[in-house]
This record gives sequence, C-alpha cells and structure tokens, in this order.
Amino acid sequence: MSTVASDTSPSLPVDSGPITAADGTPLHVALQRATRKARIRAFLLVAPLLAFVILTFVAPIGQMLWRSVENDSFSANMPALTAWFKANEAVQPGAGLDSDGLPGEDAFAALAADLAGARENRTAGVVGTRVNYDLSGSRSLFTKSARRANRLEAPYKAALLDVDEDWGNPELWGVMRRSSSTYSAGFYLAALDMQYDAQGNVESVPDNRRIYVPLFVRTLWLSALISVLCLVLAYPIAHLLARLPLRYSNILMIFVLLPFWTSLLVRTTSWMVLMQSQGVVNDLLVAMGIVSDDGRIQMMYNQIGTLIAMTHILLPFMVLPLYSVMKTIPHDYVRAARSLGATPSTAFWKVYFPQTVPGIGAGVLLVFILAVGYYITPALVGGSSGQLISNLIAFHMQKSLNWSLAAALASLLLFGVILLYWLYDRLIGIDNMKFG
Amino acid sequence: MKTHLLVVSAISVALAGGAQAATEITVMSWGGAYAKSQVEAYHKPWMAATGNTVNSVDADNPATPIKAQVEAGNVSIDVADVEYSDAIRLCDEGLLEEIDTSALPAAPDGTPAADDFIEGALTDCAVANIVWSTVYAYDTTKFEGNAPSTIADFFDLEGFPGKRGLRKSAKANLEMALMADGVSPDEVYDMLESDEGVERALAKLDTIKDEVVWWEAGAQPPQLLADGEVAMSTAYNGRIFNAAIGEGQPFEIVWDGQILDFDLFVVPKGAPNVEAAMDFISFATGTEPLAAQASWISYGPARKSSADLVGLFNDGKTEMAPHMPTAPENMQVALVNNFEFWADRDTEISERFNAWLNN
Repeated sequence: MSTVASDTSPSLPVDSGPITAADGTPLHVALQRATRKARIRAFLLVAPLLAFVILTFVAPIGQMLWRSVENDSFSANMPALTAWFKANEAVQPGAGLDSDGLPGEDAFAALAADLAGARENRTAGVVGTRVNYDLSGSRSLFTKSARRANRLEAPYKAALLDVDEDWGNPELWGVMRRSSSTYSAGFYLAALDMQYDAQGNVESVPDNRRIYVPLFVRTLWLSALISVLCLVLAYPIAHLLARLPLRYSNILMIFVLLPFWTSLLVRTTSWMVLMQSQGVVNDLLVAMGIVSDDGRIQMMYNQIGTLIAMTHILLPFMVLPLYSVMKTIPHDYVRAARSLGATPSTAFWKVYFPQTVPGIGAGVLLVFILAVGYYITPALVGGSSGQLISNLIAFHMQKSLNWSLAAALASLLLFGVILLYWLYDRLIGIDNMKFG
Repeated sequence: MKTHLLVVSAISVALAGGAQAATEITVMSWGGAYAKSQVEAYHKPWMAATGNTVNSVDADNPATPIKAQVEAGNVSIDVADVEYSDAIRLCDEGLLEEIDTSALPAAPDGTPAADDFIEGALTDCAVANIVWSTVYAYDTTKFEGNAPSTIADFFDLEGFPGKRGLRKSAKANLEMALMADGVSPDEVYDMLESDEGVERALAKLDTIKDEVVWWEAGAQPPQLLADGEVAMSTAYNGRIFNAAIGEGQPFEIVWDGQILDFDLFVVPKGAPNVEAAMDFISFATGTEPLAAQASWISYGPARKSSADLVGLFNDGKTEMAPHMPTAPENMQVALVNNFEFWADRDTEISERFNAWLNN
C-alpha cells in the first residue's frame, strides 16, 4: 500500500489514462506485486494443512468412491474373453447366440486361453471371486477349470463343457459379460438390494435377501432417535451448567467431560457389565423384587443396548454446543418477559428457546452424523437387531473382502449425510449453527 | 523418544551383527488358550533353537487382515493361523506365498512329511497344524439330572431352557441346524447347495433365534458360560476343555454333531521375513511340537506320527486322548467341514445369513 502515491488517491477525480503508482506502473500491477508476497506466505502457512487434508481426507474418500464403480479383477485377468465381449457387443444373452443359447467356439477358445493364463499367474481365484459376487458357486468353477487349463484342446466348447457343465449356463455368460466391464454400477445396485436378471434388466432381490435398504432405514431411524434422546437429556443439563455460578458449573462440567475423555471401549464395556442379563441393573431389580429371576430384562445385545450405549456416548456432543449457546443468552430476557406478564412457559418458548436453536441445530447435526457412522458400539452391544449399516460395511471390508460393495455402501452413506446437510442448510441455514 | 529407540536398536543390531542377526517374526493367531498353547509348544522352542524371536498377536480371525495388508503393500504378519476355506480362498487369489511342502521334515521313523500328515493337511500355500472342532457345551449346574446329549437338544428350548451362544457367522451354524433337524452328516452339504436347504437350516435356527447371544471371538463362549449369560453355547472344543479341565469350570462338551476342521499356517504374500516364516512353519509342524501342543489344549495334531506322543495334559493327570475331537467315541455323529463348499458359497450364504440375522 505504501507505493500508492498521494496524487492518485481514489478520492481524486480520474481525468486521464489508467491510475499509476509513483514509479509509473499501473496501480493494479503495483498492488498485486505488493500483495503477492503476503499471499505466498499465507499459502505456505496453510500448505501443510492442505497437504494433510488432501492426503488423509480427499484422497481416501476419492479412492473409495472410485472403488465403488471400478473393479478390474475380470478385465485385467481375462483379457481375451474381455476383448471378445467388446467385439461382440451386440450379442445379448438370448439373441445372436448359438442354437443352444451359448456363445460360439471363438468365445470358448478365448475363455480357455484366459484360463491358461490365470493358471500361470494364479489369478483364477481373483476372477472367480469377482464372478461369484453376482453368481454364487462360480468361484470353484474358475479355479477348477484353471487347474485343468493346460490339458484343454480344441474344440474348446466341448472340452470346457466336459470339465464342468456349468459353463453352459447362459446366466453365467451374462454375469461374465457384465463383470468384464471395468466400470459398472453393479455394486451400487447390490447396495440397494437390487440385481440384474438373466436378461440384464434391473430387478429387486427376493424379500428374504433384502438386507441393505432395511439396514439403511434402521440406521437413519436409530440415529434420529438417539439425537432426540440426547437433546431431551442434554437440554436441562446444559441449561443448568449455563446458569450455575462458575465454581459449581465447573465441577458439573467435569462430569460431562470425564466420560467424554474416557475411551469409547471402556464406556461400551461398562454398559455391558451394567446391563447384561446377569449384570448389576438386573441383579438390583431382582433383589428389589421388581422382576423375577426368570424374567430378567434383556437390555444388552439388542436394539435397546445400542440405543442406551450410543445415547450415553454421544451425549457430550449435544451438551457442549448447547452450553456454549446458552452461556451467551442473558437471563434478563426471560426476566423481562416475565415482568411483562408472560407465563413461565410462554417466556421459555417465545424468548429463551428460539435463542438456543443454533445450539440445538449444531448438537443434533453433530450427534446424528456421528451416530450414522457408528461402528464399534453397535458391534459390541447390538446383538443382531441393533446392528447398523456400518457393521455391514465392516463385514465386507474385513470378512467377505468385497471391497467394492463396501465402498458402494459407504458412498451411499456419505451421499445421504451430504444430502441431509444440504437439507439442513436450506431449512435452517448453516450460518445459524453454533458449535461453541 | 523415537531417536532414542533408533539409537538403541542400531546398537543392538550392531552388537548382534557379524554373526547371524536375529530376526523377529510376527505370528497372528486366535488368542486365548489356543494362542498360549502355540506359544508354549511352537514359539518358545523355536526361539530357543534359532535365537530368533516371535511376536505373537491375536485376531478374531487372522485371515481377515491378510487381504488388506497384501493389497496395501504393507504386510506386517509373517505367519497366520487360518481356517481351511480361508487358506484355499486366499491362496487362489494370490494373496499367499507358496509353501514347498517337500521341505517339511520327515517323521522320526523316516516317513516323508507328505505321508505323515493327515489327508488334506498340506495344500499349495498352507500347512495344517491341528484338527479342531466346533462343538456345543453346556453349564452342568443348569441341567442337573437332565443333561443335553444330542445336537437336537441344543435346539430344544422346552426340554432344555436357557440362552444359547452361537458364533455370528453362517459357517457351522447351518450345518448344526440341519443335523439337529435330522439330516445325516453326509447329506448336509448336498442339502446346503440348494436354497431350500439353507432355508431349512435358517428355519431351524429361527426356533431359538430369540434366545441367542452371538459371539465372535473364540474366547467368548467360555466367558459367556462362566458369566451365566448363556446355558449352552457352541464353541471351539479346546476352549471348553481348557475352561473345564484347566480352570475347573462346570462345563461339559456334547460331541454329537461336532464339525471338524483344520487350522493351517500360511505366509501372506510379501511378508517381511519369508525365510524365517518358512523355517518357523517347518519347525512348528514337526512331530514333536505338534504333540507338545496337544498337552496344552485338546486339539488333535495334524501329523499321524504325533498321535503316539500325545500324553497327559499339563496338569499331569488328565489323559488327553478322550478329549480329542478325533477320538473314536467322539466321532459317532461328526461332520468334516467342507472347505470347497464354504470357499465357494461363503459370500452368498453369509449375505442370506446376515439378512436373516437382521430381520
């Protein structure tokens, strides 16, 4: 700024040509030069954070989204057959095939060549696993046939059908064709309880296999319930904290923060000790004669267990934003309302409550988003009815090793949360939110 | 702190240098009494013999971290102890190092390893160490005078009331349900090939679903029984043996309808110390270490030549032979886990099982 000469001060009327600095360079160039250094310094200051965010946040999420649509297990390991599928695009299952509904000898020859390659590289299992996602039981078809691939001789169609008649299953060929494209929406379909039928049309899976959609619904419903429970419990506590003199509220605050600082696992396990059917609470109830020894209440390993443990664990995330908002509300407002004749409930609903809305918004959103992705607590105390979608994502990450499906499920969850965030912004406005 | 550690390790490497530097290998197993038996029978003698060290780590199922580690190119496990179907599946997917089984030591009488191991115990990528089984066990104090004795009793809530513990996976549960429903062991897997068979098994499980507490780690069933959370539970037979004989808990195993399986050692592809890992496996699956393990837990050794060396439990008075899953009187109604079936159908059936579990 110091280079700006006084004779070009903006307050003077401009009468000729562009405004210039004292040394004759145009003012905007001089200004840019002066601020560039500052900008570079500012960028260098945030650069480590930016690199950190890209490395640990953007890249993994990007990779996850990528994985949910990309799976090259088939195309990378079965090149000849993939090429055949590409070249014979028009050949749809049920049309343009041999009279037996199967592709011709050239396709089987490509298959035999690929199986021999898979045998060499030990990739038959990878291909088989990919096809097995869509057509169960085909994994061993690939491994078995690959083991015999070096003994196959023309005509390959007959030879392969001789190895296993399942190669003559038109559905298998439909599945192989779909698997051969590296990019597909198939995993999203599976994550929404849908599948392709033999003709390649999208259909719902049979009712007894529907699992992900009901779990998404349950996850959203339980998370909403937990948010509401947290709000109901946290509101009076936060109010009390905000109103008490500092020396008392500090002590009370410790009680809120102490569990917050305690390990998640410790808290979850403590709930198990307390609430299991042979646990402290049930023992007390039996001792007091409220329930009989045979009628112990099942509070763990079901939905109630998930609800109780998660509400407790997420409670501080509701108390803290509420507290920080309530702290700033002068008590005089309510007193003024009362002195002007408002009943206690009118004073609360008309004067106090509206001022706490930013805190409620922040708390509910925080608790809800955390609850939607909760994993370890439901896994430990949820039994079968208290599992959330994240437990199925973990199942596919760790046990079934179907990472593409896990990625599709996780992406759907992410989109859902972003959608809710957007909705919140439209309805209440994100600017109104106050985390403290 | 970190530099301090670096300096210390640099010095220790320098001290050990010159002579063969000691390697540390990481062996991942199932924890609890089972991992302890391996530490006592395999790890300690191997460390004494080679000067290397073994870092023993636990998992609910050691097969699960392997794919993640290999794909990420960051393998920290040298040896993992896995179930049969997982060994086959991981091997087929190229996630395991191949093991040269001809390099395994022969039996003391000179029988080559290939003949000394029980049939099926050696595969391209895996060497079996034990035969174990999934059984169910009950708390004897809860069933005085009227004890369950068949697999059907496990599903009989009226005759034998009380909570049941089951592993939270389709494997073993479906087979047991069918056997309890009157299907003979040799027809079980044929039946499970069809949707109707799976539905029938799930229908049988439905009859006890409300009373089930699900467990995931092998150490949980003895705990659930001891806590009184369940009256009976499926479990790995060795865990119950150790709780009952080793710790004096009032648990009894019902062998009827047991499901036999191998546990095998595998080496993940790209393991940090492949050579030492192979040496460890070859040592641990020798005749004597396998027999020694049987004195710590009631799992049968995978070598025939070990059987004669199996003697007493480490309490010095319990004869191990009758507690082995392979003892003839325990094998009357027994099923051998069909690894090919599970490697093939795990995905589909697990999905169906999860849907059932969550509805």
